[in-house]
Parts: sequence; C-alpha cells; structure tokens
Amino acid sequence: MTDLPEPLQQLIDDFAFVDRAERAELLIEMADRFGEVPGRIATRPFPEDHYVTRCESQAYVWAEDLPDGTQKYHFAVENPQGLSAKAWAVILGESLSGQPLEKVVQVPGDVVFSIFGKDVSMGKGEGMLGMLGLLQHFARKSLASRSNANA
Amino acid sequence: MTSTAQISTRGYANPDVLVSTDWVAQHLNDPSVRIIESNEDQLLYPSGHIPGAVQVDWAADLNDQLRRDYLDREHFEQLMSRIGVGNDTTVVFYGDKNNWWATYAFWVFQLFGHKNAKVMDGGRLKWEKEGREMTREVPKYTATQYRASERDDSTIRAFRDQVLKHQAAGKTLVDVRSPQEYSGERTHMPEYPQEGVLRGGHIPGARNVPWARAANPEDGTFKSAEELRAIYEQEQGLKQDDDVIAYCRIGERSSHTWFVLTHLLGYENVRNYDGSWTEWGNSVGLPIER
Repeated sequence: MTDLPEPLQQLIDDFAFVDRAERAELLIEMADRFGEVPGRIATRPFPEDHYVTRCESQAYVWAEDLPDGTQKYHFAVENPQGLSAKAWAVILGESLSGQPLEKVVQVPGDVVFSIFGKDVSMGKGEGMLGMLGLLQHFARKSLASRSNANA
Repeated sequence: MTSTAQISTRGYANPDVLVSTDWVAQHLNDPSVRIIESNEDQLLYPSGHIPGAVQVDWAADLNDQLRRDYLDREHFEQLMSRIGVGNDTTVVFYGDKNNWWATYAFWVFQLFGHKNAKVMDGGRLKWEKEGREMTREVPKYTATQYRASERDDSTIRAFRDQVLKHQAAGKTLVDVRSPQEYSGERTHMPEYPQEGVLRGGHIPGARNVPWARAANPEDGTFKSAEELRAIYEQEQGLKQDDDVIAYCRIGERSSHTWFVLTHLLGYENVRNYDGSWTEWGNSVGLPIER
C-alpha cells in the first residue's frame, strides 16, 4: 500500500463505510464548498496547458509553489453540472495542498474509486484521473526543477 | 430554430414519445404520471431534481448486482412498486447529458414492455436553463402492485453471437462511440475497474456515428427528423428497413441511438448490443477492424 498523504488517507477512511446515499451527500457538500481559482493565479480565458484534456466538465488545474517547497492546488470547473469534478477538486485541493511533493506524485489513481465508489462511469473516472494526473505533472515538474537546482 | 421548434412539427415517426419541459411542468401533480430522473452523474439527483421526480440509477437499480445483465422480472416489479409506478402509469424519463442515461433506462423499461413511456426533450439541461423549479426533497409514493412481462431479450436487445452473425452477413452496424474509440487509438484508461478493454478498434463494417450528434448541444433537445436523416441516411447510408445493431462501450450511449432510430425515425428493426465494446474487445477470436 502506498503511503498516502495523511489528509487523503483520512478522507478515504471516512468514505470506507458509507452507503450510496451518504456518499452522495458527502460529495455534494464538498462540491458546495468549491471555490474557483483566485484571480491572482489565473483569469479567463484560462490557458490551455492547465486544461484537463480527458475531463468532460472542462476542468483546469494550477499549482502554486509555496515557500516551504510544497504546493497549493487551485481549480476551475466550467461545466455547471460538473458536481463530481467540483467535489473532486475540493478533495484534491484540501488533501494534497501543502503535502510533501514526493508523496503527492505517488498517489495512485484508484483513490478515485475509493472515494467515488466502484461504479463511477468510465467518462467520469477518466476525467477525475485526468485532474489528478495534471496536478501530479505540476508536482513532478517542481521536484525536477528542485533536483536540477541541487545538481 | 429547429431546437426550439414544437416537437409535433419536427417530423418524427412517433412524436408522442417525447414531451416538452412545459408539458412536464403542467403534470407535476398528475397521479397518472411519474417523472423519473436517470443520470450518469450520481450526485445530480440528490443535489436537486424536478419536484416529485424519483431516481432510477443504472448501476443500483437496472443492473443485476452479481452477473453482468439487467434486472429480472421480479426485481423490475419491485423497482416499479418502490417508485410508485402502476401498469398504467405514464413514466417520463429525463437526465443529464442529452438524456443519454434517460434513454438507457427507457430502453431497459421496454425490455419489460412498459407501454406508457416518454422522454422529456432536452432533459435536465433544458429544465435548468429555463430556470424551472428544483428540489432536494426525495418524494415517497405508495407502493404499487406491478405486474411485468418476462424480460424480452429478443426484440430490441442483441447478444454477442447474434452480432457476430449479423456482421458476417454484412448487415448494418452503428458504432456510436467517439472517433478515437472507433479507430482504436483510445481503448481504456489504466486502473479502471469496470470498463477496461484489451483490444481497440471496432466491429468490421460498423459505421461510426457518435451518439450525441443526434442532439442539439445548446439545450440537449433532439434534432429534427430531417436533420437526423441527413446524418444517418444521406451521410451514413442507413435505410429505414435496415436490420440495425447499435453498440458503444457498455450499451448506454447506443440506447440513445436506438431511441432515435426507432422512435424518431421509425426504424422497425433496431437492436442495442449492450455487451458492446467491453465484451467484443475482450473476447477471444472475434474480428476487429482498425
């Protein structure tokens, strides 16, 4: 089992014993908390290289480098019906921001299914994996530039 | 504009199968009507729905929980009883994404021969865009005594071996997936537990008509019969008396195309291959074209 960032592990534990209705309720509460990327990070039109190509809800991801070497993650979701994408953005933002990048890049894709359940449809699962993948791409880039600077 | 044209003026073979958002708004308290929401996104219904609407979920309600198959007659009767539908109730489906899961639920209901079934044109998107009322309140209805026929798998459903014969005979196949899935460049995503496929491509001879082309993207309504004929007939060469099998990945998008060909264009011989690519692309020895 990969050593997950602690807040993410806690969330997965919270979701382990919920039934379908409770899962939906928890995720809707999260989606309600969604806050879009602040204007100091990005404004519309959002740049293409932050666009999640596999997400049907037109999601964007940004990583803001923090002084302690970690990152804070920001999101935009353009589809007003993209509730799952918004909930997932809140989960990723709250549970991976400020976590060691070495752990962030190792988060396996199957956490999507631990949280959203096994019967997430292909399109939705793919979009959410795409959001995680782009976030991890930014984390990897930051790690690489750090190791180059140390070389 | 065609998308806002009255349903009755769009030239459909069976215009009564569609109802407008206005019609639904006028029948919210009609005891002979049950509004049913079916979505891909499981969070949508609990986050707000048409007042009085019940949810029918493809994974929890329409599938057998053990085998890959649909529910049987007994479970269908239980479902109908639970959502307060009697044999004479008019059910009206609506949902997200151009009604794709709504038409899937509609199709499954037809396996059991529920006669009074309709789809709300434009689905959830149109209802929301029109600023109509939504609620989070989940209604409770008095349980009914519903008597269903045995599931009929022979008329509108196709199985793998039938598709193989159909293909060998050169009959019409419509692959309603994206061009990337059709070409085989995209197969499945890694780590995906349910719908992975081993081989990419399509059933030899299948034409590629992505399902959503039948809908107007701005409000999810169905295109007019004339526009639909331009796609399926002028462009793809289908004919109304063709023996047609439609497929996608798991059979949900192709039920949308089944609905369009059968009810809007009046094709009499259309089946949905629900095994679709997740069965075909994983089966040993079946022909594939790229």
